[in-house]
Amino acid sequence: MKNKHLQKISFIILKMFPNFKQQYFLSRLFHRYRDLAPQLVPLDYTNQPDVRLPYELIGSMPELKDNPFRQRIAEVFSEDGEGNMTLDDFLDMFSVLSEMAPRDLKAYYAFKIYDFNNDNFICKSDLEKTLNKLTRNELTEDEVRMVCEKVIDEADLDNDGRLSLEDFQHMIVRAPDFLREVCNFHHRFTSTMRGKMRKKIQEITL
Amino acid sequence: RKKLIATLRGKPWPMRKKLPTLRESQVFVEKYEGALGKGRGRRLYAYKVMMRKKWMKFQRDFENFKTACIPWEMKIKEIESHFGSSVASYFLFLRWMYGINMILFSLTFGLVMVPEALMARPYGSIPRKTVPREEQANAMDFAGYAKYSVLFYGYYNNQRAIGWLKFRMPLSYFLVGVGTVAYSYMVVIRTMARNAKEDGGGDDTSFNFSWKIFTSWDYLIGNTETADNKFASITTSFKEAIVEEQESRKDDNIHLTRFLRVLANFLVLCCLAGSGYLIYFVVRRSQKFALEGLDNYGWWERNEVNMVMSLLGMFCPMLFDVISTLENYHPRIALQWQLGRIFALFLGNLYTFIIALMDQINLKRAEEEKVKFNMTIWQANLYNGTLPENSTAIPIMVDPADVPRGPCWETMVGQEFVRLIISDTMTTYITLLIGDFLRAVLVRFLNHCWCWDLEYGFPSYSEFDVSGNVLGLIFNQGMIWMGAFYAPCLPALNLLRLHVSMYLQCWAVMCCNVPQERVFKASGSNNFYMAMLLVILFLSTLPAIYTIVSIPPSFDCGPFSGKSRMFDVIQETLETDFPAWFGKVFSYASNPGLVLPFLLLMVLAIYYLHSTSKTYKHANLELKKKLQAINFISVYLVNAILFSKTQHLSNWLLASSSICILFYSHSLCCLSPGQPSIVCSSLLYSKVNCPATLLLAVRANGYQCNLVLGVRLQQLSSTVITLRDYVFFFFQLLPLGVATADHLPPSCPIHCLLYFDTNHLHVHLHYIHKPSLRSTSSPSTRQLHL
Repeated sequence: MKNKHLQKISFIILKMFPNFKQQYFLSRLFHRYRDLAPQLVPLDYTNQPDVRLPYELIGSMPELKDNPFRQRIAEVFSEDGEGNMTLDDFLDMFSVLSEMAPRDLKAYYAFKIYDFNNDNFICKSDLEKTLNKLTRNELTEDEVRMVCEKVIDEADLDNDGRLSLEDFQHMIVRAPDFLREVCNFHHRFTSTMRGKMRKKIQEITL
Repeated sequence: RKKLIATLRGKPWPMRKKLPTLRESQVFVEKYEGALGKGRGRRLYAYKVMMRKKWMKFQRDFENFKTACIPWEMKIKEIESHFGSSVASYFLFLRWMYGINMILFSLTFGLVMVPEALMARPYGSIPRKTVPREEQANAMDFAGYAKYSVLFYGYYNNQRAIGWLKFRMPLSYFLVGVGTVAYSYMVVIRTMARNAKEDGGGDDTSFNFSWKIFTSWDYLIGNTETADNKFASITTSFKEAIVEEQESRKDDNIHLTRFLRVLANFLVLCCLAGSGYLIYFVVRRSQKFALEGLDNYGWWERNEVNMVMSLLGMFCPMLFDVISTLENYHPRIALQWQLGRIFALFLGNLYTFIIALMDQINLKRAEEEKVKFNMTIWQANLYNGTLPENSTAIPIMVDPADVPRGPCWETMVGQEFVRLIISDTMTTYITLLIGDFLRAVLVRFLNHCWCWDLEYGFPSYSEFDVSGNVLGLIFNQGMIWMGAFYAPCLPALNLLRLHVSMYLQCWAVMCCNVPQERVFKASGSNNFYMAMLLVILFLSTLPAIYTIVSIPPSFDCGPFSGKSRMFDVIQETLETDFPAWFGKVFSYASNPGLVLPFLLLMVLAIYYLHSTSKTYKHANLELKKKLQAINFISVYLVNAILFSKTQHLSNWLLASSSICILFYSHSLCCLSPGQPSIVCSSLLYSKVNCPATLLLAVRANGYQCNLVLGVRLQQLSSTVITLRDYVFFFFQLLPLGVATADHLPPSCPIHCLLYFDTNHLHVHLHYIHKPSLRSTSSPSTRQLHL
């Protein structure tokens, strides 16, 4: 029975993404999604059921568990803005965070993640929240204020006191660490694929 | 459609929008592309994709493996996250030293000690390899049997080729000695060059804090303990950057600071002079003892010089530390001063030690003549009854232990160095245990029953002394370099010492030390330590080279015995082992007439390269400044275009303003202060009716003023020129030095743009007021629109 369902899903994936590599990752991603809550997520997605996993389950994934920005990541990628993700949102999140995503896309989503109040600008309070999350509230008020002022001073090009998307992109594109930092979830996945499933996919596609 | 499929990945649309679009486009493409090449091509493509993926995975695994192989990496990362980069830099330096010593050890062990042990005559076969009869009674300590083993110079035989491999022992000994020094020079200079390259290339600190805040979290972390370490290291790095920032803003009372600094330097000079005199005094005393015979004196007198040197090395740096609180420098600069002073101290100590050693060498050489005379008498006694002629062979079997031995100053030198290093090591470990560990234990447990709070008050926990430890390491290495020629066992000893040090100090740091109050970043490159190491390398090879070149080797021990100078072995090898023409070529090449011009040429080349590198650096800086200015302009232009878009202006304004900005930026390159430059451009842009633009730029007094005037081409020829013919007028006043992180321009830029629409004249006056760092008001822009 499992095989039949697997075939159905693979069939859908096959129709949408004839690229072998993408199918390989997508089926693994789907199974990671399903493993979070097997009773909620059906194996059969042909009818496109409306299933959302609550934020607590997403936030407990090992890749995101220690990340100080996990809540923001979930909120940015979820449809309802609360952190409850459908399969589409889940795939979205991992596709952006994978190593295949282009730099500009990552920069765009990074901007959204760091924008806590969703006003399309990173203002001072957003920066303060970011800094406190990064250092777990270890810096004093004075130090936090100083760092935020310095950041605005450095990166704000149109001089409106807050960072717009252009300012952010201009600054982040020059950063040496940016690509390495924003996620390499890809290689975390390589170990979780089971052999039989891989063979099945190969059979179907080749 | 195909392009849409290719670029779909880069678009920031949510998935539910992307999927249907993708499906549509794919259906479309399939319909019109046909089924050509689908079946077969797919297999090959899938196979290629799989191979590529496998290759990427292999590369990644190999990288992971390589990183895991680096010794002590996790330890050092943990220390870095708790104590900051300056403490971690010490451990990185230690690990790098360990690598160098490993190579030195393999050279001396593989090419000198092992051949002698395996292929030459064994212990006890010839006189120089046996403990003499007189000494055999008390030979069981270190000085006895060890002295007559592969570990020291004296054991080696001067036979030209040994064993079935015909291994040239003396040549190998000499070349290994020279090779260790050459290798060390090469490695140190290569590391310095690499550090300098990294430093100069990536000196972009324009977005320091922004990058720290947005890119320091490592999204790959999946382990809670690693996450804790990462949080600690991020916090430490922020604190370091904040300290840097605060230091660059401080401005104090200059005169008081200068006076205090001069006073501190004077005190330090007094200390150095005092320690120099003390060592000189002690060395004189030990020479007196040696003349009277060492047996009359106890342990302290025998080891007085070593102990005094170690004690001075322990207490003087603390004194310097106290004195340096007078100076009030940035912590990194204070560290450099501290290092410089301790360096001077150790150097004085070391050279006094060497002078003492030279005295002893001269003593031994004077003894040689006496011993030679005694030996001829002894030999004559041996043949007393038998062969009175001058036969060279000794037919009578004499036990090698009984043959009278000549003095061996090289082994004595080697022994002194070994003793010095061992006492140094012991001193370091004991100070570590007492100074750090015992102190921490006392503070911890006596705190309950003490009057004042021990943890905050007087002793408290100690901080890790970066400067003292680094210098200890550097001088230790200097002593190894000095002594390695005379005692091949020294690199091995040092390797062991470094290995133990690493574990002991890592444990001690994590267990007994607290992070420094003011965490500062170690200098970006490690070039300061490298420079000191280079100086020490040079200074420590000088004595060895002097002894090789000027003092004849002992006649009775070592691989060079019997030669008049040690480097004669090279001459001998050239004559006997190489063909004749080789020797001739060499003698031509070492002709002074050839060598001197070559040296001169090299000096000139160095000078030329140095001056070109300076000009490149200067050009680099200029380009950076221009880039920043252009960035500013381009952002303004973007704003202007965006604004003009919303006002429904026609295309020509956009095209002309963009082209005029292009010319403007070109003019930046050839603009010099005070000189106005005029750039005219007329454009034949096919689709758009562009005006001619006139650009005038003047730079003076720290400001740059740009005027751009656009005039319609057609109207220029007619005699009547109305107001409408002037298409736009753009005025800009820029203070120079804009857009650098630290220095705000003295006042603000002003931009004024006038242009005509079909019915209206628009005037935009853009005035940016940038507040100072301390105020909290937001910048204001004033725009006037008529």
